Amino acid sequence: MNGIFSKLINISRRRSPWVYRINAGSCNGCDIEVAPCFSPRYDGEQIGSLLQGSPKHADILLISGPITLRARAMVEDVYNQIPSPKAVIALGSCPASGNVFSGSPTIIGSAEAIIPVDLYVPGCPPRPQAILEAIQTAAKMLEKGETRSQKEAKND
Amino acid sequence: MTNWWLKAIFSLLIWPGLLTGALFGWFLLWMSRKFIARLQGRQGPPFYQPFFDFWKLVGKKTIIPRGVNPFIFYALPVISLLSVVLALALLPVPGGNAISFNGDLVFMIYLLEMPALIDILAGYVTRSVYAQVGAVREALLTIAYNLPFLSALIALALRLKTFQLASFASAPISVATVLSALALFLALLAQMKVNPFSIPNAEQEIVAGIHVEYNGLPLALFELTHALELSTLVGLIACLFIGPFTSIWVKLLVFLLVAALVVILLNVAAAGTARLKIQRAFRFYWTWGVVAAVIVFIAALVL
Repeated sequence: MNGIFSKLINISRRRSPWVYRINAGSCNGCDIEVAPCFSPRYDGEQIGSLLQGSPKHADILLISGPITLRARAMVEDVYNQIPSPKAVIALGSCPASGNVFSGSPTIIGSAEAIIPVDLYVPGCPPRPQAILEAIQTAAKMLEKGETRSQKEAKND
Repeated sequence: MTNWWLKAIFSLLIWPGLLTGALFGWFLLWMSRKFIARLQGRQGPPFYQPFFDFWKLVGKKTIIPRGVNPFIFYALPVISLLSVVLALALLPVPGGNAISFNGDLVFMIYLLEMPALIDILAGYVTRSVYAQVGAVREALLTIAYNLPFLSALIALALRLKTFQLASFASAPISVATVLSALALFLALLAQMKVNPFSIPNAEQEIVAGIHVEYNGLPLALFELTHALELSTLVGLIACLFIGPFTSIWVKLLVFLLVAALVVILLNVAAAGTARLKIQRAFRFYWTWGVVAAVIVFIAALVL
């Protein structure tokens, strides 16, 4: 009985990934590319995905921008507010490498430095198809318990 | 006596209670989302979406905000859910109706008020500014939409000279029934918080409204309550039209058809309108709601 129940919950995690996005100093390019994911052409609702206004309702955190020093505390706060299990997707080149802002004294330049990132979507900005694929992959990782926050919780 | 208890438990848990109500409510919610998606040129969610949304939320860890009493945090959605399940069990659906007594309409109106009251409390308890704004809006809207809702039910009760729901479901269809159903539909828009009156949960303005701090299991219970509330209120309208038929299967068919029609009309209104300000919504209900109430009373007592 317990096995069936946890299996049902695992499948549900794949079927309904709710997304919260945070802009950590991005130029807005990546955020504009997130909007079409949920509008008629790409329609993320087909895979059960919804944009949520509150991080407490989300499963997946989309983070864009090179993490400016001012945004750091907010990013950590939002990450801690998402109830586990959760996944983190870094959108575009900025959270991976700092992109054109690399070397600036006002940015951290790496999302990895403050929160555990599961997936990187390359591009400046990435295409909506790629973002949707990342959401789908993250949902599958949540189902199998492969995201880094889930693994850390298991090891503790 | 034991037989009655068994029947009562059956109608609380299975038909028309928790199990059927949840499945029916999830079906109606899926239908709403799919219908709106198709109107907007999207594909929409798959058939089982609300079911998986619920179970995913059940499987999440719950974070209780700092300074909030955990007992109240968990108790509010449970009370809300229980009162809607009781209201659903009182619904005079074809083939059900074990719990029926004179005056059950009054009890049902009381139970249907509970989710709104609990929402207002939940908004204040969770200590979020957005939730408090949502709670104030919900409180104002409650005063507004209850006018056509209560008028329609009281007018029907005056016409049939009883406060028993079973006689509502066995009365013949008349002009008064149709007008009452329309007045109930007017209130349903605000009760379900769909678009012209999606003021308490306005996601572009106040994040997620009342439930902004809720997560995990309590949020799942609130979502389940919403599904059950939808099936109760839609079922209440559908029950007014099953009177003239004798066969239980025809009754069931008419019940489902009317429910589907109500949900489609609800979503046409939701997809075709923009959100009103709270003052405008209030004015809408206190002008057109009063007109609806007067018409319903005239139809019920004169025609």
